Amino acid sequence: MIKFIAKRLGSGLVVLFVVSALTFTLLYTSSGSIARNILGDQATPEQVALKEQELGLDQPLVIRYFAWLGDALSGNLGASWFTSEPVASSLATRIPVTMTMVFTAMILIAICAALIGVAAAVKRGWVDRVVQVGAIVGDSIPGYVIGVLLVTLLAIQLGFFPATSTISPEVGPEAWVYSMTLPVIALLINGVTGGAQQIRSAVIKQLERDYVRTLRSRGIGEREILFKHVLRSAAPAGLTVLSLQLIGMLGGVVIIEQIFALPGMGPLAVTATGQSDLPVVMGVVMYTVVVVIVVNLLVDILNGWLNPKVRVS
Amino acid sequence: MSDSVETAAVTAVPAPVPPGPSGTVVRSTVMRRLLRNPMGIASLVILGSIALLAVFAPVLAPFEENFANITKTLAPADSVNILGTDSAGRDTWSRLLFGAQLTLLSALLCAGVAIAIGLPAGLIAGYYAGKFEAVSNWVVSILMSLPGLIVLLTIRAAFGPSVWISMIAFGVLISPSYFRLTRTAVQSVRNELYVDAARVSGLSDWSIIARHIFSVVRAPIIIQTAAIAGVAIAIQSGLEFLGLGDPTKATWGVMLSEGFKNVYLTPVLLLWPALAMALTIGGLVLLGNAIRDALEDGEKIKHRKKRGTTSAMGAGPTAAPATARPSRKSVAAVDAGTEHHLVKVTNLGVGYPQADGSIKKVVDDVSFHVDRGEILGIVGESGSGKSQTAFSILGLLPDNARIVGGAIQFDGNYTVAPGDERVNQARLSKLRGKRISYIPQEPMSNLDPAFTIGYQLVTPMVRVLGISKEEARRRALKLLTDVGIASPERTFSAYPHEVSGGMAQRVLIAGAISCEPDLVIADEPTTALDVTVQADVLDLLRELQQRLNIGIILVTHNFGVVADLCDRVAVMQNGRLVEEGSVRDILRNPKERYTRTLLASMLEGKTPMSMLVSSQKEPVA
Repeated sequence: MIKFIAKRLGSGLVVLFVVSALTFTLLYTSSGSIARNILGDQATPEQVALKEQELGLDQPLVIRYFAWLGDALSGNLGASWFTSEPVASSLATRIPVTMTMVFTAMILIAICAALIGVAAAVKRGWVDRVVQVGAIVGDSIPGYVIGVLLVTLLAIQLGFFPATSTISPEVGPEAWVYSMTLPVIALLINGVTGGAQQIRSAVIKQLERDYVRTLRSRGIGEREILFKHVLRSAAPAGLTVLSLQLIGMLGGVVIIEQIFALPGMGPLAVTATGQSDLPVVMGVVMYTVVVVIVVNLLVDILNGWLNPKVRVS
Repeated sequence: MSDSVETAAVTAVPAPVPPGPSGTVVRSTVMRRLLRNPMGIASLVILGSIALLAVFAPVLAPFEENFANITKTLAPADSVNILGTDSAGRDTWSRLLFGAQLTLLSALLCAGVAIAIGLPAGLIAGYYAGKFEAVSNWVVSILMSLPGLIVLLTIRAAFGPSVWISMIAFGVLISPSYFRLTRTAVQSVRNELYVDAARVSGLSDWSIIARHIFSVVRAPIIIQTAAIAGVAIAIQSGLEFLGLGDPTKATWGVMLSEGFKNVYLTPVLLLWPALAMALTIGGLVLLGNAIRDALEDGEKIKHRKKRGTTSAMGAGPTAAPATARPSRKSVAAVDAGTEHHLVKVTNLGVGYPQADGSIKKVVDDVSFHVDRGEILGIVGESGSGKSQTAFSILGLLPDNARIVGGAIQFDGNYTVAPGDERVNQARLSKLRGKRISYIPQEPMSNLDPAFTIGYQLVTPMVRVLGISKEEARRRALKLLTDVGIASPERTFSAYPHEVSGGMAQRVLIAGAISCEPDLVIADEPTTALDVTVQADVLDLLRELQQRLNIGIILVTHNFGVVADLCDRVAVMQNGRLVEEGSVRDILRNPKERYTRTLLASMLEGKTPMSMLVSSQKEPVA
């Protein structure tokens, strides 16, 4: 098991390295005259040259990348070209906001999608039909459209919730939870509808397996078969569904935060992208990849624990 | 989220559909079925109208997309601006039309790029495997671990605002979904006989791919494209909603953002782009589902036809005669005067309801009995209903199966009373495991891979016999020794994938006898095993049967096994009982032509066995 984890961790680090190198190359070779963008059209060529030197842009790309990598390994992701704020510290203040939402939404998705999906697989009938229709509706309306409609209807028209959620936990847990409700709902609806349907399929697939019939023939009760055997075997498929949803949500949350004016990663990423503030963009990509790698590692470990076959191979 | 749609598109890989005898025929029937499905028609109408509006946008739109009448901002709908104007005085209807054009084109571009990369890569990886597959799998795993929107933000930071560049990038990012789909489909047909035949007949790899393999992936690709186009629209509009799109273009995302900025003044501006997106993406989702349904229906029909030819049951009204169905009250208990058998099956009929409301019978008017210490063989070819009969006794028929006639008694009590539509589960759940047990056909798939063999032996004993875990463990080890496993301790703590097929079958036999049942139902217990192991397993069954004095129902297609093991035999064909009697009589003097055919097919070219039947007086050992 330790070897298994070490192997997965190693391949995660390779992915991190490859993605950082590719992103760095992509960003720094195709962004045109970065210094001029920062200084504006009025700048003289001398000022531009000076700025380029200041940012280290006169160095070859490979040297710049490894300089960045060396700094990054020691926790220094550079500073924003526009605000001069260190990237690492602006990430540090914003990640908690985003991650709180993402993980709250993911936990709720996992619970709701599992309950609904399993119920649809076992009971079939109307629950199943609702899940099927729900999946189509959920697939048809992007989450940010749901978010916009929720704000318009529940916050602005009816006034049930605050329209923006700029408040932080300091204002007291109640108001905070209250203001986080709509963004989290907007984040999780698609996840619940899609996840429930996929978990349903995974459970049905397991229920039709031969060993389930044999367990029944041995006198094992339906409840025990479902909870101990079927769900355990369906869990890896469910975990994969959830981990893919989490990856998607790291992108989706950017738009949701923009809608609700939340001080998370979203506004930072959007502003940096609009200004081509490359150190910040680089930082955002790195944070995303690290989250994805950690989540995938956790999923792999859980799968290894659930399925003995994975552990040996 | 827009992105969870993306994940759905990536994970929901439709099963590859086997190609029909002629691709065009299959396609036209699928098309017909699609047009008969209301969901299919609705989606085609929606998408068709949106496409027409987009194509003719320059003609239909009353204004240029960026024409602004600054004296008329946020105006309500009137005869000039039929959907009103936005905060810059631009016509909402015109912008919606031009937005449709750009949206559909960008979705097409994205899907096109994704197909252009994913399809060839998948074909090569699936057909040739090897290094290329390993490398591309690695690339796929990287691409799939990147959230689409974050990548598009990076692309936007690098290349500036361009719908086309971002859609090309997203096409690359989502190409794994085509890659995986194509690779899986190709792998599944690569070693099919008809592909081998094509290879042998001298077709080049490329023409094989073009002719045979392409026809397999075509349908799944259409389904996938519908899903991906929807995701592309969602994510591109999301980018524009964030204000990172091309500001000179009218798009639904920009319009949604514009509406959201003026949500306090004219919330209706939000409605139109949201509706346009939901309709377009919804249309694509519905279309994908409808095509999938059309293909799956085709599969079902093909399947049914295939079954129909092998077991051509009378399609007409084959309900059991009314006289064979006495009123329920009179037969609630054991019929007085009837002889007492361990299992007694009387005029059993099993059927499956069909889509058209009729019931297709797979077992019809079957009667037999088994006593303690006796082995009954049920023989027949596949589709003869022998397994269905066995599962009715166990009460393990599939959920949609119906008892359409007859009764089953176990030790005098009805598990299927006359007139019952279903097996009496309340009664059988107390018998299963305890008094009736089951040995399946395929050893590996009948053990739960996630639990040790020991666990799977111990738990039923703890549940059924109510003994302690230690006691059950002791008994399990003894059972493993009894079924001829040399190192019971090691097997006990092994997982199913760590033992051989023959070993697994011995484990399943041990499980079947662990609670000292009175009846064991063995469904082709040796079919999946090597010939040498088959003999061992049969010996084991005979020895156990004699030692424990249990009744065994042995379902098999192999008369050799019957001759070797059984006392009596029932021959089934097309769901009916053809002949029943002692093995000796039937082997020596088969009355029915079908039995003779079965015997002959078994005996063909096997001299010692044909000697056994034709010349010797004592055919059975």
